[in-house]
Amino acid sequence: MEDLKQPLFISALQHQAYCPRQFALIHIEQVWDENRFTAEGQLLHERVDSGVAEQRSGVRSERGVLIESRQYQISGIMDLLEISQDDPPGYFPVEYKRGKPKVEDWDRIQLCAQALCIEEMRATTVAEGAIWYWEVRQRESIEIDEGLRQTTLETIQMSHEILASGITPPPAEDKKRCRACSLKHLCEPSVFRNDSSGSYIQGLFGS
Amino acid sequence: MKKMLNTLYITRQESYLHKERETIVIKQGKEKLAQIPAIAISNILCFGQISVSPFLMGYCGEQGIGLSFYSEHGKFLARVQGRQSGNVLLRRTQYRWADDEEKSVSIARLMVAAKIANARSVLMRELRNHGDKLDVSAAVDKLAVSLRQVKNASSVGQSMGIEGDAASCYFGVLNDLLHGHGFVFNGRVRRPPTDPVNALLSYAYSLITHECASALQGVGLDPYVGFLHQDRPGRLSLALDLLEEFRAPWADRFVLTQINRKEIKPCDFNTEAGGAVRLTDKGRKKFLAAWQIRKQDKIYHPYFQESVAIGLLPHCQAMLLVRHLRGDTEFYPPYYLK
Repeated sequence: MEDLKQPLFISALQHQAYCPRQFALIHIEQVWDENRFTAEGQLLHERVDSGVAEQRSGVRSERGVLIESRQYQISGIMDLLEISQDDPPGYFPVEYKRGKPKVEDWDRIQLCAQALCIEEMRATTVAEGAIWYWEVRQRESIEIDEGLRQTTLETIQMSHEILASGITPPPAEDKKRCRACSLKHLCEPSVFRNDSSGSYIQGLFGS
Repeated sequence: MKKMLNTLYITRQESYLHKERETIVIKQGKEKLAQIPAIAISNILCFGQISVSPFLMGYCGEQGIGLSFYSEHGKFLARVQGRQSGNVLLRRTQYRWADDEEKSVSIARLMVAAKIANARSVLMRELRNHGDKLDVSAAVDKLAVSLRQVKNASSVGQSMGIEGDAASCYFGVLNDLLHGHGFVFNGRVRRPPTDPVNALLSYAYSLITHECASALQGVGLDPYVGFLHQDRPGRLSLALDLLEEFRAPWADRFVLTQINRKEIKPCDFNTEAGGAVRLTDKGRKKFLAAWQIRKQDKIYHPYFQESVAIGLLPHCQAMLLVRHLRGDTEFYPPYYLK
């Protein structure tokens, strides 16, 4: 039977890495709220995906490539896949992002997940990829190293577990992430980070 | 908490509403009456012979802008709903808990408790502002007893019973809070209301009920399946559940203020042949205008711990109910005045 498990899209992994509650709100509870960040990101991806395959100096560029990994039960669409015309061909994934390069991993996890799919689909090794950061017009090379692979596999695992459980985790402890989160008013992190309903109800009856 | 947006009340008969890019245009015949950016609007209420373009209906559904139709007299006709929320886990939990006596009463008794506490607060405010009145004081004490009783209610039926007694007690002294000439309240009468105070209360309650229904739909809950109010075909049971917390502090207080400040007068009402009392057109417009202003006043929400526009209270409680059903809180936090 085909739809035993809810499919996990690669684009969902960045939400998990950013904040497990955000991931659950979007992928289990189906809420969505557009704010400036996500609206601009949407436009950027539309621009990228609408291209046709190009060929330039020994590198073929394919856009909107469908990928999946049966092993890790993930699938998605790649913004850009550069294929070198060597023998065997080399595969170089490129992901387009709206913002600036970040210290944290969540963009890199998405790239690594794409690499894992390509490795499975093409029986190859992907050692490197890149992320194009639109805000600074910069392409950052990313090494798909062991540490990144480990983090990515953990993120994939956690995502599957949350989807299977149907439970929405509490808000992340790191309050800085809430400021830029487009779901802030649907999540209400300060209200639900800790459960104060017990003392609240005592107040109702105490008065 | 999100910011409250504006509500449009369309009362000019034979108006036509349509969408122009991201704005809502109101026309009458060939005359353009108004053009408003949709982003500023959260609700459109149409009274009487008002037409709305299907594309505007679709847009409202998509953007989460409430769109509802009432007769000129304010009788609810229809509501436009966009695509239903995809949160099936939430609705399944709602239906499962509504079928489960223990889960239902765990929520129902808290809703009733807040209703009683709020009714009591309204009476205590009267005593503070207008001096001691024996029967009002007695009611305040009796309501404290009801509050203690409902804390341990073990069935929805029992909660309803305590609620009924508390309501009788409260309505028994409401007349003492009326200082306006020509208005007397001798107890709650509905279907139809046969005096102006009851007419105003019924109207205010129905306005809030529909706000609650929209708020519930907005967060993905089914307004027809409640925990306190049992299923009745066509009845917005969950919206009525939410209304309980708002009756005294919002509806009753508003009606009392309108009367006591002489904003609403006896001449603003018509009595029909069958005895039903209704607001005149002029009276209703006045009431709605004041209602709209009151909705924008801010009030402190003790669980969110911030000031929110009164008009957002239904959304606040709808959201708290969702988060409780989804396991974020051990208890449902009803709205009560601290």
